[in-house]
Amino acid sequence: MKKYTDTGKKDTRSGFGDGLTELGRKNPNVVALCADLVGSLKMQDFIDENPERFFQVGIAEANMIGIAAGLTIGGKIPFAGTFANFATGRVYDQIRQSVAYSGKNVKICASHSGVTLGEDGATHQILEDIGLMKMLPGMTVINTCDYNQTKAATIAIADHDGPVYLRFGRPKVANFTPEDQKFEIGKAVKLYGGNDVTIIATGHLVWEALQAAEKLSEKGISAEVINIHTIKPLDEDAIIKSVKKTGCVVTAEEHNFLGGLGESVARTLAENNPAPQEFVATQDTFGESGTPEQLMDKYGLNAEAIIKASEKVLSRK
Amino acid sequence: MSDIQELKDFATQVRRDILRQVHKVNSGHPGGSLGCTEFFTALYKEVMHHNTSFDMDGKEEDLFFLSNGHISPVFYSVLARTGYFPVDELNTFRLIDSRLQGHPTTHEGLPGIRVASGSLGQGMSVAIGAAEAKKLNKDKHLVYSLHGDGELQEGQNWEAIMYAAANKIDNLIATVDLNGQQIDGSTETVLPMGNLKKKFEAFGWDVLEIEDGNDMEQVIDGLKEAKTHTGKGKPVCILMTTVMGNGVDFMMHTHAWHGKAPNDEQLEKALAQNPETLGDY
Repeated sequence: MKKYTDTGKKDTRSGFGDGLTELGRKNPNVVALCADLVGSLKMQDFIDENPERFFQVGIAEANMIGIAAGLTIGGKIPFAGTFANFATGRVYDQIRQSVAYSGKNVKICASHSGVTLGEDGATHQILEDIGLMKMLPGMTVINTCDYNQTKAATIAIADHDGPVYLRFGRPKVANFTPEDQKFEIGKAVKLYGGNDVTIIATGHLVWEALQAAEKLSEKGISAEVINIHTIKPLDEDAIIKSVKKTGCVVTAEEHNFLGGLGESVARTLAENNPAPQEFVATQDTFGESGTPEQLMDKYGLNAEAIIKASEKVLSRK
Repeated sequence: MSDIQELKDFATQVRRDILRQVHKVNSGHPGGSLGCTEFFTALYKEVMHHNTSFDMDGKEEDLFFLSNGHISPVFYSVLARTGYFPVDELNTFRLIDSRLQGHPTTHEGLPGIRVASGSLGQGMSVAIGAAEAKKLNKDKHLVYSLHGDGELQEGQNWEAIMYAAANKIDNLIATVDLNGQQIDGSTETVLPMGNLKKKFEAFGWDVLEIEDGNDMEQVIDGLKEAKTHTGKGKPVCILMTTVMGNGVDFMMHTHAWHGKAPNDEQLEKALAQNPETLGDY
């Protein structure tokens, strides 16, 4: 099997920052907001090039969401950035009423999602944000897997008219998707073809799924790996087609198994093609302090966990 | 420039519309709506430069945001009677499949509404965003907003108030409806907010007052005065004292009619105090 190559570890948040900078150059309507986390969100280049199009709101996320909604009235395309926890749970009602229900073209850009935020611990590690956002009618939910994809997604969502939740992370991770990729919202990306088990992953777990598939291959198990960067709208056709072929599925995400990608996949399959499923995800728990690697290991969010889940789900076929 | 009597007649008809809307569905918020009738009339008939051929972006026109969305009956009546949508549509207030939802929304595409409101405390932030967009677009028109006094208990307002002063949002006129009432009683008994004038000033706003927000001349003069304060580096706040339930004697000076509709007999009595001027829908 053809192996994917890590072209050098990079953080997905830098993909966001670089995508935003590129957008700033080509789309004069793109504006950005931040709640005192410019460095963490890698927004400084955009600010340096477009100071008049940047709004520093201070530590006031609710106000940031409202201002972003207002900026759309007048044709601006606001990208509002902060940590995932403060971009969702803290301001859920502001997003619900002023953005989603009002149909505003706001891009909520959430860094430091999941446990890989690391040492800051559970107060800052949200594992519920995909669920919160996907339940909002009209909200598009995207969780990118590496630097290149995050950059491509950042650029792509400016052309989508409607609210978007873009989720990315803090640590440097493998960068393996093509630099020149065309990002299509709602379109699954098949990374490996296989016949025995379908592995559907999102975000940081996509690289882990690739590592798992390679090891499974050595054991004679043929795994199909699908990168679901868009959790909503979900590419149901790609999921159904694959699981019809393999007969079982493992979902993998850096998120609570309640409300995440896994449940969206389960619903799709329950309606269309019921199949055994295993969930690689956190098990209704908060995170804690530690290095990203330690936390991924402790909470069962790595290639090893995906291999175990794949073997288990195969036994249930 | 409309004749003052013409504006007062308009306001009287708006009061009838408010009462009839909430009576028909036995729900809605007449108290605050009646108290802000002069404000809406003055704003839409006399003060704002606005286009009734509604465009969401609202470029090259003044914009208004209602933060305390529960006073939708007065908003709907004034929008309809200034030409945003057919007056007959007031018949559908709060009914199934209506564009006139209990609280204003953009979701059903009602002309004149630019953001959903009802969950309190969010409107000032949105108004600031729209004001920032106007500055970016080199659009000299103004952004107006209205807020309840009880609504200022929501913390997001103070984030917005701090931001607006720090960022010199001087194309915004935010009016606070000081009717002193909220659902559980007077603001003084529920949660006293102290001296709001000093609070706004301490945050760096230019604060004006309208002593009687139910006096049409005072409201017009106050709003026009506020316009002359824009463009000077500070956001402008109008603290406007009103009487909740104004124009219907038994609804005045009490929070009892905050969210309660009149029955048949009460409606008749209330309408008798506000004779038809422009024709009922």
